[in-house]
Amino acid sequence: MTIQLTPQDTIERGLALAAAEGADGCVVLVAETSSTNLRWANNTLTTNGAMRGSSVTVIATVGSGEGTAAGVIGRSSVTEDSLREIVSAAIATARAAGPAEDARPLVDGPVGADWDLEPEETTVGVYEKFAPSLGESLKRADLERRRLYGFANHEVVTLYVGSSTGLRLRQALPRGYVSSTGKNADLSHSAWVGTATRDFTDVDALALDAELTRRLGWATRTVSVDAGRHPTILPPAAVADLMTYLYWQLDGRDAFDGQTVFSKSGGGTRLGDTLSSQPVNMHSDPALAGLEAFAFAVARSSGGSSSVFDNGLTLQATDWIRGGKLEHLMTSRHTAELIGVPEATPDIANYVVSVDGGAGSTDDLVAGLDNGLLVTCLWYIRMVDPQTLLLTGLTRDGVYLVEGGEVTGAVNNFRFNESPVDLLARFTAAGATVPSYSREWGDYFSRTATPPLLVPDFNMSSVSQAS
Amino acid sequence: MPEVDASFLALPRHELAQAALQRARDLGATYAEFRLERIRSESIALRDSVLESAKDDEDLGLAVRVIHDGTWGFAAGVALTVDEAVRVAEQAVNMAQVSRPINAETIELADEPVYDDVTWISSYEIDPFTVPRADKVALLTDYSDRLLKADGVAHVSVHVATIHECKYYANTAGTSYTQQRVRIGPNITAHAVAEDRFDSMSTCAPPAGRGWEYMTGTGWNWDEELAQIPGWLAEKLAAPTVEAGEYDLVIDPTNLWLTIHESIGHATELDRALGYEANYAGTSFATTDKFGTLKYGSPVMHVTGDRTVEHGLSTVGYDDEGVAGQQWDLVKDGILVGYQVDRRMAKKNEDLLGTPRSNGCAYADSSGHIPIQRMANVSLQPAPDGPSTEELISRVKNGIYIVGDKSWSIDMQRYNFQFTGQRFYKIVDGKIVGQLRDVAYQATTTDFWGSMEAVGGPQTYLLGGALNCGKAEPSQSGAVTHGCPSALFRSVRILNTTQEAGR
Repeated sequence: MTIQLTPQDTIERGLALAAAEGADGCVVLVAETSSTNLRWANNTLTTNGAMRGSSVTVIATVGSGEGTAAGVIGRSSVTEDSLREIVSAAIATARAAGPAEDARPLVDGPVGADWDLEPEETTVGVYEKFAPSLGESLKRADLERRRLYGFANHEVVTLYVGSSTGLRLRQALPRGYVSSTGKNADLSHSAWVGTATRDFTDVDALALDAELTRRLGWATRTVSVDAGRHPTILPPAAVADLMTYLYWQLDGRDAFDGQTVFSKSGGGTRLGDTLSSQPVNMHSDPALAGLEAFAFAVARSSGGSSSVFDNGLTLQATDWIRGGKLEHLMTSRHTAELIGVPEATPDIANYVVSVDGGAGSTDDLVAGLDNGLLVTCLWYIRMVDPQTLLLTGLTRDGVYLVEGGEVTGAVNNFRFNESPVDLLARFTAAGATVPSYSREWGDYFSRTATPPLLVPDFNMSSVSQAS
Repeated sequence: MPEVDASFLALPRHELAQAALQRARDLGATYAEFRLERIRSESIALRDSVLESAKDDEDLGLAVRVIHDGTWGFAAGVALTVDEAVRVAEQAVNMAQVSRPINAETIELADEPVYDDVTWISSYEIDPFTVPRADKVALLTDYSDRLLKADGVAHVSVHVATIHECKYYANTAGTSYTQQRVRIGPNITAHAVAEDRFDSMSTCAPPAGRGWEYMTGTGWNWDEELAQIPGWLAEKLAAPTVEAGEYDLVIDPTNLWLTIHESIGHATELDRALGYEANYAGTSFATTDKFGTLKYGSPVMHVTGDRTVEHGLSTVGYDDEGVAGQQWDLVKDGILVGYQVDRRMAKKNEDLLGTPRSNGCAYADSSGHIPIQRMANVSLQPAPDGPSTEELISRVKNGIYIVGDKSWSIDMQRYNFQFTGQRFYKIVDGKIVGQLRDVAYQATTTDFWGSMEAVGGPQTYLLGGALNCGKAEPSQSGAVTHGCPSALFRSVRILNTTQEAGR
């Protein structure tokens, strides 16, 4: 039979099949996704798409005498027949595996009030207001001899989690973003803007184009600046470029095993250590207004900070860094026990970096800087040294000279070598925290809020010829 | 010889394709293509010889791309029914219609011969999905144990990814094919923790277009490498820090493949040179006005694009636009002479390229994504009677021999790059005198390749590669192989990464 099942039916039948085949426990995750996108380059649309996806993950657990083992099987396009095969395969895999180190009782809990609702869906109609104004901005760019390149994406993921312990959770999360690059006629200079959204009603393509035009105007004067350590203003987007990498290094197990910047010399973690003498905070909360994330743990495989046994665990607001001190690392229940902390703090798909007392905007920081650089976004960021979390990467599409509190020209690009952990200890001024969109990671991790920062000695390692 | 998986052949691929293509035609599409793809993937991870995670996934779905009123339209779905195939075709046409007002360029495709219901299978011996999970875990546990038992190894992490890709493609020109590919990507890392520092050493075995036989010794000598890693790691942990400055470098193919990928592979993608990737991964310094004249590197530099090499990760019988696999020159005698293109770019740039045909570089990483111009296997060719790695080292008075890849980064036009590696050996008067640490090399693409004095012979040649090259919006992941010999470079800038961190 090729009968397509609803998410709820998939979960109920999957759990029933697992029980009938002798599994001791089972979790079934169903993710229904729909997305639609527009992409443009050289002032014309290049590609577009509307995609619908469905994935089912079955996690079967069996007792093995020495503990509990798990088998994980994921499939798309599941039918009534193939569900039976998936459940059988998950149980067989669990039986063939040894006891899992991270095994814990499956999470129990209530049936969510919205459990019976259908998956939510996006359509190309989400661009009803955006697409015409995008078309207008593309025509305007043509007339003004500028070129535009960009991408708009909107998606909705509806996630269902059910377990043999009674848990039934559903949550639908919309997410959208726009990233747009503008170039002048001879392609010698470029600028970038990006923003995240939930539904595109708050995205004005003409306003984005106006900001690109303003930034390209700064390139009327061009200045060559040598590599070296420069006073540098990082707007919220560039701060997110760096802090997202820091966020991903908060794995508690890796730190405990002596493999990250959050490992203590000689063994253990740096939990409780002061990372910065400044009142800087990094915080996650699935309920953050405008940055809503899944409110429960979702793990399709186990790792240092996550466990398939923790699926459905309620996520709590978590301070990772508070007042400059490392407060928590990402942990599963297993890792929490291993490293000796009282409760699990799984990762959450958002974060906010803030500085107590931080006020004002990027423009305000610019107004206060006598001589330095304004770097609008960073790119190709990779780790060079895990011990210091030294990252390398490039500036792109907008580096400007600040003189006497004003932007006075465009500057060449640079390669940088810097550690975000060190930056949190070295910045000398911070603005107010606002929603931000990382150039490098925003298409994957867009729920961030960060302040602009002034770093007195940002390490520009060499000049990049790219423009 | 492997055969196409029977369970894939049992899917109603012809019926779905026929329904989708007919519906697209009925709605006025001037061209349409259909893909049915099933991608099975398995990920196994061990931490300190204990199975941490094992996950088996399958992604199955269908996609339709159309040209309607001169505009692309794309849609994808997951239900394998005729109704769904028709719905997806209708949605693709609808996408084209919605997009038409903001499309300023009529889409035309280069011609390609028709291939009628052909089949192609990649070269491998053992389908990883036929090997019992317990056998795989037992082998990886053995490999982990060998490292953990060694002095100085505190932790061992293992990850092996395997992919089994089946595809059915059909277009309105009459081409249809069934294609099956297998690839595997292993990584084993030993970690050491000292009082004041920690470090790690990973295996250099590249991902490959091979089956499970790769993990048991076909194509890579695991016994030899695993036996040496603890010693290498201990030496690295105790090694002196490098003095920043200019050095002659002998770069092993286990490292050089990644430099080729970033500074040649991506730079010779024509979609980047034309600006189609400008908002995301970036453009290229190798623009079309420099075609045929750009001095990319020294005269010993010969780089090919290749969709046909055995065990290549980007090797195919046919690409995602129905174009047959080919091999061609990208850089010859140090001069830029070729690009990687798809059918649209081939048609639009026929005069520039001097050929009316695509070289088959269209690829989508799943049925859920649109085909984009993607990298062929881009490889630096060895000198036919060239020297060994030892001979290259013997020509260096004060330099560094770099083995294995680690950190990598390059700017958005592919000029300025910085790479690290697994091991760095100090060379004095033509001889290796021990390891260094904290090394990164930084250069500009044409300066670097211009400083290449010699390439090694075929005996030094190795296929490297990556499973996870990112490109496009929405982001897609591609797998690609880069073959290269050892090579000698003069006067390259070396950084001390500890000093770069301000310490």
